[in-house]
Amino acid sequence: MTRPASVLARQTTGAGPLLGLALRRDKVMLPCWLYAAVGSVAVTGISFGKLYPTALSREVFAATINQSASLRAVYGPIFGTGIGGLTAWRMAAFGGVIVALMSSLLVVRHSRAEEETGRLELIGAGAVGRGAPLTAAVGTAVLGNLLVALLIPVAMIATGQDAAGSVAFGLAVACSGLVFTGIAAVVAQITETERAANGACGALLGLAFLLRAAGDAAGPGGPGWLSRLSPLGWTEQVRPYGGDRWWVVVLALVVAAALIAAAFALVSRRDLGAGLLPQRPGPATGAARLRSASALAWRLQRGSLYGWSAGALISGAVFGSLAKGVLSLFGGNAQIQQIIQRMGGQQSIVDAYLATMVNLLGMVAAVYAVQAALRLRGEEADGRAEPLLATAVSRLRWACSHLAYPLAGSAVLLIAGGAGTGVAAGVLLGDVGGRTASLVGAAAAQLPAVWCIAAGAVLVIGLLPRRTSAAWGILSVLLLISYLGPALKAGQWVLDLSPFTHIPRLPGAQFAAAPLLWLTGLAAVLAATGLAALCRRDLG
Amino acid sequence: MTTAISVSGLVKTFGRTRALDGLDLSVSQGEVHGFLGPNGAGKSTTIRVLLGLIRADSGEARLLDGDPWRDNVALHRRLAYVPGDVTLWRNLTGGETIDLLGRLRGGLDANRRAALLERFELDPTKKGRAYSKGNRQKVALVAALASDVELLLLDEPTSGLDPLMEEVFRACIAEERERGRTVLLSSHILSEVEALCDRVSIIRAGRTVESGTLAEMRHLTRTSVEAELAAVPPDLGALPGLHEVELRGTRLRCQVDTDHLDQLLRALTAVGVRTLTSRPPTLEELFLRHYEPERAQPQPEKSQPEKSQPEHPQQPEGAQR
Repeated sequence: MTRPASVLARQTTGAGPLLGLALRRDKVMLPCWLYAAVGSVAVTGISFGKLYPTALSREVFAATINQSASLRAVYGPIFGTGIGGLTAWRMAAFGGVIVALMSSLLVVRHSRAEEETGRLELIGAGAVGRGAPLTAAVGTAVLGNLLVALLIPVAMIATGQDAAGSVAFGLAVACSGLVFTGIAAVVAQITETERAANGACGALLGLAFLLRAAGDAAGPGGPGWLSRLSPLGWTEQVRPYGGDRWWVVVLALVVAAALIAAAFALVSRRDLGAGLLPQRPGPATGAARLRSASALAWRLQRGSLYGWSAGALISGAVFGSLAKGVLSLFGGNAQIQQIIQRMGGQQSIVDAYLATMVNLLGMVAAVYAVQAALRLRGEEADGRAEPLLATAVSRLRWACSHLAYPLAGSAVLLIAGGAGTGVAAGVLLGDVGGRTASLVGAAAAQLPAVWCIAAGAVLVIGLLPRRTSAAWGILSVLLLISYLGPALKAGQWVLDLSPFTHIPRLPGAQFAAAPLLWLTGLAAVLAATGLAALCRRDLG
Repeated sequence: MTTAISVSGLVKTFGRTRALDGLDLSVSQGEVHGFLGPNGAGKSTTIRVLLGLIRADSGEARLLDGDPWRDNVALHRRLAYVPGDVTLWRNLTGGETIDLLGRLRGGLDANRRAALLERFELDPTKKGRAYSKGNRQKVALVAALASDVELLLLDEPTSGLDPLMEEVFRACIAEERERGRTVLLSSHILSEVEALCDRVSIIRAGRTVESGTLAEMRHLTRTSVEAELAAVPPDLGALPGLHEVELRGTRLRCQVDTDHLDQLLRALTAVGVRTLTSRPPTLEELFLRHYEPERAQPQPEKSQPEKSQPEHPQQPEGAQR
């Protein structure tokens, strides 16, 4: 009989060099993630100090937020009313999502993606244990989360916050990341492709966000337990600077460890390259309509379009159904009005809330659009475009067959999200038809901004085919500006960089066609330049 | 006979690498043309220029009387391409991929498709991600061979195929020749080219070093001769074009430049010949002569530079006999 320790040692032989390799490959990405997570915490803390310098102003602010179901849904409840407490409140949901994304992308990138491309086969033939690649992948993500847990307290203590609360804050954010490290490790064993693994992790993260939002929105007697099911809810329930509940950290760590252990158990039960879901044979001949580049692009893109649209519809319905809670806000206080307006919107509080949600949908559509546009480069880089372009398909036609998705697919996604929001808000507030129409229109008004960002991705594909990750960088910067900029009172010129700043805040604000037209024009110029470059350059 | 492919002085650089350095290539309609060279010689780059996937820096390339870059779509209806490294769409089956590529080219022959699937023993119901390298190659081959086109551009099409399937491939190409199609077959497998091709172009470092029919090329090289003679021959050293002479009593082994072969035979028949074996040079030997200067240099253990070429130097990678 072999001792468990020696089994573990055999399984993980070679994990050290693999971890080194993974860290080397991520020497740019990992610092960027850490910077996004820790930097936004530090900036938020400093800004809250400036915005709400007195204890009274903070008490009022916290009372406002905690009374509004919809604001609790978006940002979670406030537990501590110091600067630290407010920062932890503002960043718990957001920071938790960032580190969860970071962790799942890192794990999938170094486990399933490596296996799919066949590089792992090369490594697996060496003196490397079966579990070593997963160890390296999980190790990279755990290391990233430990750095988050370390750097957030450093930043918070540096700005004069309570040490225990700061440590709890760092650990709270890292908890989301660690649990998603475990989730991604399990998912990477079950699915067969990187795309499917990332899709499943993204869906689970969306579910975690919705559970937390619904649970936090529920008042006393409502299904508040929903948020306790979500790792993002745990991050919140650590309550940094508002009680520091350490046992929640311990619970999250136990769950993360259990998930990682389950992933290792799965590794030893499957073949290299295979998932746990069985493969089924498909049709021996192509269906009659599979006879054009567009038909192929539809085959390749439809799954992700369905998934994103369903996600937008469900999120829209959840956010729409929370609109009623906004009405419970007391509206007389000028300072509160100001806060609400800063959260987005100019007219009635309900409209302001809905406009913020629609804006959020626009950002989600932008992520989809960039992802769908980069599919074009993916086809090229993986060599699948070559046999296609050796047939009677012109480069422009091939490119357009894929670009239909960032252009028209994002419209489908926005309309689904707008319809979900409108129907749900209408059912609760009355006037289903009117609200649905106005919210679908408001969502559609986000399109020019989405197109601008997608066209930026096309430009990158045309001019810098080997640097397409730049498209993700541009997107992250613009989304950070839109998400955090207004609350942090960033300069107008900074806000103006994001195309979303120029979209009229519908419903509520005056509709203005001019910005929509010039944004569309800008998108057309960027896309045309990108396409022209793509058609003129070498392929490959 | 008209020309299907004509390339002259083609230059293509990638950064500081000069992938094509004045390459010439001429393929007549209806011939099977071998395009031979070691890895990295520029075979794939040439084919990608001919497909209009990349643009040459200078030089001229004509394909079926068209400009490969400008007329790409029209030309692509008349040709089929098999890449050396086939990647398939993960969620399409092999059968779907074959049909899609064929239809995009303007249709494919259903009977020939069925026959080819059978001959290559390919299961068309598997999803793209489930195929091995050899089977991915077969998907691309069936898609190309089942299309009704004038020209086949095949870039190392047998990489990953087992010997039995290579045999099937050879039979298929022979039939294509019968049908009058033009084939450009890039390869580093000499036996394959030798068995299939009417004419051969050998390239090295982006430049054509030799081009012609196999018969023409053999003229440029040597024939191996083994003979058992009736008596010890007089001084053979006086004969021109003789290499690696090995004389043991009445047994002679040597190599002779092919254009001096008759002089050697005259000298041998003068003393009387009991047995005679003469072997034409294989493409392997041709190939080695072209690449040898490069390959021999970094071998420090050969302290004495031999005047004539060693008879059996190391075979180049991928050479199969």
